[in-house]
Amino acid sequence: MSHEVAESVEEGVQMVTIGGVTVPLELTQAPWPDPHLDIDKYDPDADMMALNMGPQHPSTHGVLRVKLYLDGEVCVKAVPYLGYLHRGVEKLCEKLTYAQVTPIVDKNDYVSPMMNELAINMAIEKLIDAEVPARAQYIRTICAEIQRVASHLLWLGTFGLDMGGAIGGGASIFMHTFREREMILDLFEELTGCRFHYNTHTPGGNRHDIPAGWDAKVRHVMDVIETRVDEYEDFVRDNPVFRARTIGVGVVDPVLAMELGISGPILRASGVDFDLRRDDPYMAYGDIDIAVPVETAGDCMARYLVRLAEMKESIRIATTLLSGVPEGPICSLKPVKLPGAVKAKEGSTYCAIESPRGELGTFIVANTERRSHAHPYRCKLRPPSMHALQLLPYLCPGNNISDIIVVLGSLDPIMGEVDR
Amino acid sequence: MVAWLDGFDAWLGHGLIFGFVLANIALGITAYSIWFERKFAGRMQNRPGPTEVGFAGLLQPIADLLKLLSKEDIVPRAADKPLFNLAPPLTVIAAMGTMAVVPFAPGLIVADLHIGLLFALSLGSLLVFPVWMAGWASNNKYALLGGMRSAAQSISYEIPLLLSATVPIILADSFRIGDIVDAQLGGNWFAFWPIGPGALAFVLFFLSSLAESNRIPFDIPEAESELVAGVTTEYTGMKFGLFYLAEYLHTFVISAVAAALFLGGWDGPGENDGLIWMALKTLGLFVSIFWIRWSYMRFRSDQLMAMCWKLFLPLGLGLVMASAVWVHLS
Repeated sequence: MSHEVAESVEEGVQMVTIGGVTVPLELTQAPWPDPHLDIDKYDPDADMMALNMGPQHPSTHGVLRVKLYLDGEVCVKAVPYLGYLHRGVEKLCEKLTYAQVTPIVDKNDYVSPMMNELAINMAIEKLIDAEVPARAQYIRTICAEIQRVASHLLWLGTFGLDMGGAIGGGASIFMHTFREREMILDLFEELTGCRFHYNTHTPGGNRHDIPAGWDAKVRHVMDVIETRVDEYEDFVRDNPVFRARTIGVGVVDPVLAMELGISGPILRASGVDFDLRRDDPYMAYGDIDIAVPVETAGDCMARYLVRLAEMKESIRIATTLLSGVPEGPICSLKPVKLPGAVKAKEGSTYCAIESPRGELGTFIVANTERRSHAHPYRCKLRPPSMHALQLLPYLCPGNNISDIIVVLGSLDPIMGEVDR
Repeated sequence: MVAWLDGFDAWLGHGLIFGFVLANIALGITAYSIWFERKFAGRMQNRPGPTEVGFAGLLQPIADLLKLLSKEDIVPRAADKPLFNLAPPLTVIAAMGTMAVVPFAPGLIVADLHIGLLFALSLGSLLVFPVWMAGWASNNKYALLGGMRSAAQSISYEIPLLLSATVPIILADSFRIGDIVDAQLGGNWFAFWPIGPGALAFVLFFLSSLAESNRIPFDIPEAESELVAGVTTEYTGMKFGLFYLAEYLHTFVISAVAAALFLGGWDGPGENDGLIWMALKTLGLFVSIFWIRWSYMRFRSDQLMAMCWKLFLPLGLGLVMASAVWVHLS
């Protein structure tokens, strides 16, 4: 790399500035493992065990398959294989109209559907130059932040499962985080009528206005979850077994992470202060100051701490915005009734939001010569989880098979959006 | 001694009959301990646990048993069939045999061996063979890894287990578990007296036996989030059930032995209620094992080994020396 390098000290951590980004020096000094290691040359006697972890495995988050080359129990090389959940969503988007695309991409990241809707609708609005009324912007932002809390709750539960197993202490965390997530799903049900795939965002605004008494319920739920988050901290963070399993495990090199295009909590846990909500504000994020939690250790514990802090910050953002929701219309266009109601001119646009897993981008091309005004010519989605999975060949070598599960869990991949 | 059992002394002397009775009682306790654990875990996890079968789900163990018995028995084509089929019953035999030397009340014992404690510990350590057999014979990579972990773990934790069991042997000057309990009568429980080595030896014995019986947080041989189901990956139906039965039986026996060695066995405030106190202590330890299981995650295998060799082993040796010095001085 031919970047300018300068060193500094921040809060007792030796930092280094590479290419304009300041990251902890310590994390950048370990050599990267070779992801393309030739096993035949490395091990001519061939006494290693190749283990196909997945796609049928309790801890591969659905249908990820990782081919591990094990020396005893220690991994030497890991190759992730994707595509077991490929549904052809991007191709489907080309066949459908703009109005029909929204509920389809909803199913990509099935842990935070609100984020998918927001991303695709922001892209379509940018393409057709539609205004979003201030009230709709606030509703969207509040929904996004509540959804982020729900997503991180689910992550914490499954992370516990990865470490403690389905019959054991991990399941206890899982059950408790699901109890809180259930409260959030109830909130969304009251707002949109659906518990999971909401289809509440529409080009130009929202379909559903805030029902009477909803804000009081949100405040109550957020208060409950905030106290419960502290309980998780007591239960998990100070648990000696949890500490032994996460501290120093799966350290992510911030320079490598940036080269691989990783964003979100994984990047912030490695000391890179980057959050689209603050750095490129969209919707109502410009109206509020956002404290972005950053950790400098880069290991699984740091990723856990970042996500926990993000949960608290999201609760604060949601409750603060809730008291300032402006009056007015919730949709600038006529509510979409027909599939061809949304029409775009020639052009292309890229629009990114900060999903719970990182930068969720949507790239839409409208080509009226080859496709009608109502259809996207090309719709490319940039899922953050897929980029996070690129870390696996670098993180797994040298780790015990138990740690591979923990590392994989800490990356929080959602296979629905990885394979699309 | 329980009063109503007095007349049966001649019968009880016949270990065969008492052994049969005890085995059935133990199986019943095991079945209902699973029901209890599910209820207990449910309460810890904000859910009711089994409720459908019978009153408060009390028939759930029977339903589970019927389900396991009616499942298809699958033996993988590439498995080593004799070993594969032999492993599950062997685990139960090893776990149940230990029960023969545990006295539940004065005289209430199947075989009153003068090396009772050694017998119990050696049968417990035999459990590693069927588990390793199952791991090898399944011809499955996850099972192999699980068996390998199990062998390493059981053999390592054998040593601190034996060392911590040596402390009551030295203090009571006998290998017979009944004599060890007799030495504690009148409230001189070894867990509390002598103050230092006794309590530490109790903790060490308890943790080592958790590790030896593969319970959380030491259940890495069947770590289901990593190794699918470890050694039991390829087992179906009742064979799978036998592994679980053996695990629960072993846990029960461990609780009983720990109660006898360190918590004074049948020693209690009353006069003729020995069996009740022994049962209460055993069940108390049994429940605490569940409690630990549902609130802790599991260690990594190398951390487990490091803990054994770097912490437990020196501690055990120190405790043995300390108790020897105590006996010499007093």
